[in-house]
Amino acid sequence: MNLHRYRFILARPLQLLPVLFGISIITFVLVRLIPGDPARVLLGAKSTPEAVARIRAQFGLDEPIWLQYVYFVKNLVLGDMGKSILYKMPVLQLIGERLAPTLLLILGSVILALALAIPLASIAATRRGRLADHTIRLISTAGLGFPPFWLAIMLIIVFSVKFDLFPVAGYGDTWGDRLHHLALPCFTVALALSAVITRNLRASMIAELASDHATAARARGLSERRVFWRHVLPNAVIPAINLLAVNIGWLIGGTVVIESVFSIPGMGQLLVRGIFTRDYMVVQSVAMVFACATVIVNFLADVLTVAIDPRVEL
Amino acid sequence: MTPLLAVKNLAVRAKMHGHEFDLVEDVAFSLQRGEILGLVGESGSGKSVTCRALLRLLPGANLSITSGEILFDGRDFAKMTETQIRNERGASVGMIFQNPASHLDPVMSIGDQVAESIVLHRGVSKAEAWSQTVDLLRQVGIPDPERRARNFAHEFSGGMKQRAMIAAALACDPQLLIADEPTTALDVTVQAQILRLLMDLRDKRGLSIILVTHDLGVVAQACDSIAVMYGGRIVERGPKRDVLKAPFHPYTSRLIACQPAHGLGAGLLPSIPGQPPSAGDMPSGCRFHPRCDLAQTSCRETVPGLKERVSGHLAACPITEAGITEARP
Ligand SMILES: Nc1ncnc2c1ncn2[C@@H]1O[C@H](COP(=O)(O)OP(=O)(O)O)[C@@H](O)[C@H]1O
Ligand SMILES: [Mg+2]
Repeated sequence: MNLHRYRFILARPLQLLPVLFGISIITFVLVRLIPGDPARVLLGAKSTPEAVARIRAQFGLDEPIWLQYVYFVKNLVLGDMGKSILYKMPVLQLIGERLAPTLLLILGSVILALALAIPLASIAATRRGRLADHTIRLISTAGLGFPPFWLAIMLIIVFSVKFDLFPVAGYGDTWGDRLHHLALPCFTVALALSAVITRNLRASMIAELASDHATAARARGLSERRVFWRHVLPNAVIPAINLLAVNIGWLIGGTVVIESVFSIPGMGQLLVRGIFTRDYMVVQSVAMVFACATVIVNFLADVLTVAIDPRVEL
Repeated sequence: MTPLLAVKNLAVRAKMHGHEFDLVEDVAFSLQRGEILGLVGESGSGKSVTCRALLRLLPGANLSITSGEILFDGRDFAKMTETQIRNERGASVGMIFQNPASHLDPVMSIGDQVAESIVLHRGVSKAEAWSQTVDLLRQVGIPDPERRARNFAHEFSGGMKQRAMIAAALACDPQLLIADEPTTALDVTVQAQILRLLMDLRDKRGLSIILVTHDLGVVAQACDSIAVMYGGRIVERGPKRDVLKAPFHPYTSRLIACQPAHGLGAGLLPSIPGQPPSAGDMPSGCRFHPRCDLAQTSCRETVPGLKERVSGHLAACPITEAGITEARP
């Protein structure tokens, strides 16, 4: 094992800092550009100016905006994300409660998508031009075409309402219950994701099956099966890793839609509520978590690529 | 002595856009144990298709062997089932290619690629296969083989990659090695080293080799016999010395005149006027007649077959029946 090829891991946290700095400024400014005042939203239209002023002072909203930013960053560094105006509790605790459903949703979707994409792409590539290939290509093209929220509603109507197989919405109390609740949302996301991955994998598998090194392997007496598993698949997954990482990045933002449709108490839902109630600290913090998650996913993709492809130097 | 390989009447047909045409026709030759046969011809003459046909690994799903026998040690590769021919690949016949860089798996270590076929054909343990692999890499002249076995293709130079390909092809001790232009992509000095390695392997292992090249210098240096291909057919074959010294086919004679050793020096080399024919658009009669200075009307009509001129030396040209110098006006 060539450990020096993994040197880049040490440099990544440093590269992360400017990204987080940029994201923090952008969200800090954007969230304050939304018209409306958090205190007024919280207290309602009939609130007295005194009450509004008291809330504003309590949450530091009466300070100059640059000072608010300095406090935000200072507290963030110290591990304090501030307090939610709406929930009246530390944002960190709030995020702690909301993280698991979202992580589970994303992880489940990705696993399900890969469990669909790898076999489907393999079948399509090895039976190129035959019925199985045409069917799989048709399905994956269709999978790309459906808007996810429409697909979600269709799945709810069929599997939850008509056949009563899955809960319509929500999140469970026990782990089994939670998986049961997340099955349909995961499947919704996985369908679209697996369509993208299947198409990409199929194309690279076809190229690898026709590659010179596959021919050389056949000339050494390897069966088609062995050529596929040992030489075609490892080479074909390399480009798919990055594609998957980019799509998980999209997915992290996309949980906003899915969690709303299926009423999952996750980070996406927290973000949406935060925006509607002008809950500044919540919106800023969730945005930071999403940014970190995206960076981490890309980082993991890089590590995986370096592990599989000996030619890559980062 | 029965030959190790006897190819008879081999034809490979291509289907394209509803048309069907032969890429390779009526190919016949034989190879003794320990013999190196040079297969020469301009690019597009069907050398690679012929080589790939021998192992039933044609370069395209639109190609098929339509006739012929490929008798290897008495077994007909052309009649075997897919599983049977697969067991012959690597075990009886090894193959190496023009571009070693693209023919090695970039993400599997060199040693693993060699060991893979040892495990497959010999059924030995992984550890045993690995030690055989290191041994083999040493035999093909890779220095520090214990360490280099763990390297990947991109960490090898061009010559070292071709040595690794040779090791992988010879992993299960095949009796025949098909080498399709193994030195064309390499530097001149490296070419000579690889050629010497192949000759060495022949001497030490009694390996038979089909050496595809378009360099007659290579043939002169390494081969025992030669087969000249033109337009998908063998137009002349025989012992190297006879064919190079006294060719009977006008194409062979032209080819020899175009080699640096015989010509006026690099840069001033005469080349054969005209273009080689393309598969699917073959001239009638003798494939070479449009470019041949000896062509007569009869050449346009019938496809000449190979005829023995001197013992073991065959040529497909009725015009030069009495010798090529006699035929020249
Ligand atoms: N899959 C294919 N379909 C149609 N024609 C092909 C195919 N593969 C090779 N050919 C043709 O077969 C002829 C012989 O090719 P090849 O054996 O590669 O020549 P060489 O190795 O002598 O340069 C060429 O004219 C080439 O265009
Ligand atoms: Mg060729």
